[in-house]
Amino acid sequence: MNVVVCVKQIPDPAEPGALDPETKTLKREGKLILDESDSYGVEMALQLVDAAGEGEVTLLSMAPNEEVAGLRTALAMGAAKAVLVSDPTLSGTDALGTAKVLAAASKRVEGADLILTATESSDGYTGTVPEQLAGLLDLPSVTFAKEVEIADGTVKVRRQTETGYNDVECPLPAVVSVTAGVVEPRYPSFKGIMAAKSKPVDTVTIADLGVEASQVGWAGAGQDIVDVAQAPAREAGEIIEDEGEAFNSVVDYLANLKII
Amino acid sequence: MSVSTIWVHADIATSDGGDVEPTSTTLELLAKASELADSVVAVVGGDGDAVAATLGAHGATKVLATGDLAGRLLGVPVAAAMAEAIAADAPDAIFFATSYDGRDVAGRLSAKLDAPVITNVVELAEADGALQGVEPVFGGVTNVTTRFTGDKPGIFLIRPKSFAPSESPSGAAAPVEALAVPELGAAGGAKVTNVHVEETEGPSLDDAAIVVSGGRGMGDAEKFQAVEDLAKLLGAAPGASRAIVDAGWVPYSYQVGQTGKVVKPDVYIAAGISGATQHLVGMKGAKHIIAINKDAEAPIFSVADLGIVGDVHKVLPQLIEAIRSR
Repeated sequence: MNVVVCVKQIPDPAEPGALDPETKTLKREGKLILDESDSYGVEMALQLVDAAGEGEVTLLSMAPNEEVAGLRTALAMGAAKAVLVSDPTLSGTDALGTAKVLAAASKRVEGADLILTATESSDGYTGTVPEQLAGLLDLPSVTFAKEVEIADGTVKVRRQTETGYNDVECPLPAVVSVTAGVVEPRYPSFKGIMAAKSKPVDTVTIADLGVEASQVGWAGAGQDIVDVAQAPAREAGEIIEDEGEAFNSVVDYLANLKII
Repeated sequence: MSVSTIWVHADIATSDGGDVEPTSTTLELLAKASELADSVVAVVGGDGDAVAATLGAHGATKVLATGDLAGRLLGVPVAAAMAEAIAADAPDAIFFATSYDGRDVAGRLSAKLDAPVITNVVELAEADGALQGVEPVFGGVTNVTTRFTGDKPGIFLIRPKSFAPSESPSGAAAPVEALAVPELGAAGGAKVTNVHVEETEGPSLDDAAIVVSGGRGMGDAEKFQAVEDLAKLLGAAPGASRAIVDAGWVPYSYQVGQTGKVVKPDVYIAAGISGATQHLVGMKGAKHIIAINKDAEAPIFSVADLGIVGDVHKVLPQLIEAIRSR
């Protein structure tokens, strides 16, 4: 059972994000961390390989620089190795361009039975990459998995729906996107962190993958930002420190609206 | 050149009783599409006849339907069918709801057509004969307007509750035409083997006038009961932040936020919710927001009309008691 997990290294979501006023691209200076949404896919992959008793987990990632801090976190959790597509031309790449790069990079991993992704990244949240990737690779796919099981060359998925869930069966190889909460991601152990430092990261450029520069970056995105504007802010409300009677303000507020 | 034809991918929901209806977001997209274009084609992955009357009433001038898909997930078959029809006669734009199936079909179609997608759209406008989409970023503090530069149909993934559905749905039933699904090969192999609909009581998050939500600050699953109690008392729908849905305290159907439901009630009460971007995106459109949280610095207070800095375990029981005794 060989599982590939697509992971994204993102600016720390605890820090406020900003767009570069020149390029209108998300600023990615400073340390990048493993997108928490991806830690679920990494954990799921480790558990599936464990259950199969053979195989390994390979990470797939892309970045406009050689940042690997986020990848090391996932390697410390237990992934065996990583492929990092690192190329300055990748700055500004949209979801479809990302899927093209990941599709090309996935071909460097031999014998992949399953490709896992998050449902969306925490910084871009387009949520389209899993299906674009599956489409480019001409693989079947199941999105929004809240449970994943492998049996007899088939992946069985409990898929989130608006009203509950569907059970879905899909032949392998396949692409599956997992929701946060599918499994509880492990914390890397000290041993894992030490071992991660020497695990192989295959760093390649888009030229190595045969992807043309016209397919990535702003040039490949096929779209232009025509305006960036401050959204109208809500007017500041009344803030009350509770000293035992603040609930009365809520009662009055609701009464005023004729709700109670 | 102006926008003449827009396709709208129609999400169809099946009720407990087996009735099929287009989702409320689909009706919102149809209303907006009718405003922008003369010809509005609703694309249905499944049986078109059952929904043609509703789709027509809400603005569709034609329905393209694949017919029964034998349990296949929609992404592969519907996108393949749409791509073939587009090769013969391309629309100017295609609208998808930001829903599970909407995202699936939009992503597959994007790969098929080699056409990009503008996602998380909350507003659309025409400029120089082409559509532009407005997307809020950084939790809604900044709005980015984007347009396509190529000549392929523009694929837009649009957030629920961005537009109002038609107030007086009165159009005639839309004529239904078959949308042929080509041979799919192994890629079409994902099939649904069981459908599970969770039972719900009271008003649904989608259309409740009042929503009472709880977050991590509620402490644990048992203490979340206070949120349920207050919701029941007010005739409100209970909601939750992603953190406690992930923690398994409440089912996913409770989740309000970027990856859950987008709600726009008259009143939103947030108890023990700090207000991560992920959550704010789903509820900041509420008319009135009341927040109770012990951390005065919590981002939820930046959108609250009334904020109580205090312990939810004290304030909520007092509030419930006071409302009961009125």
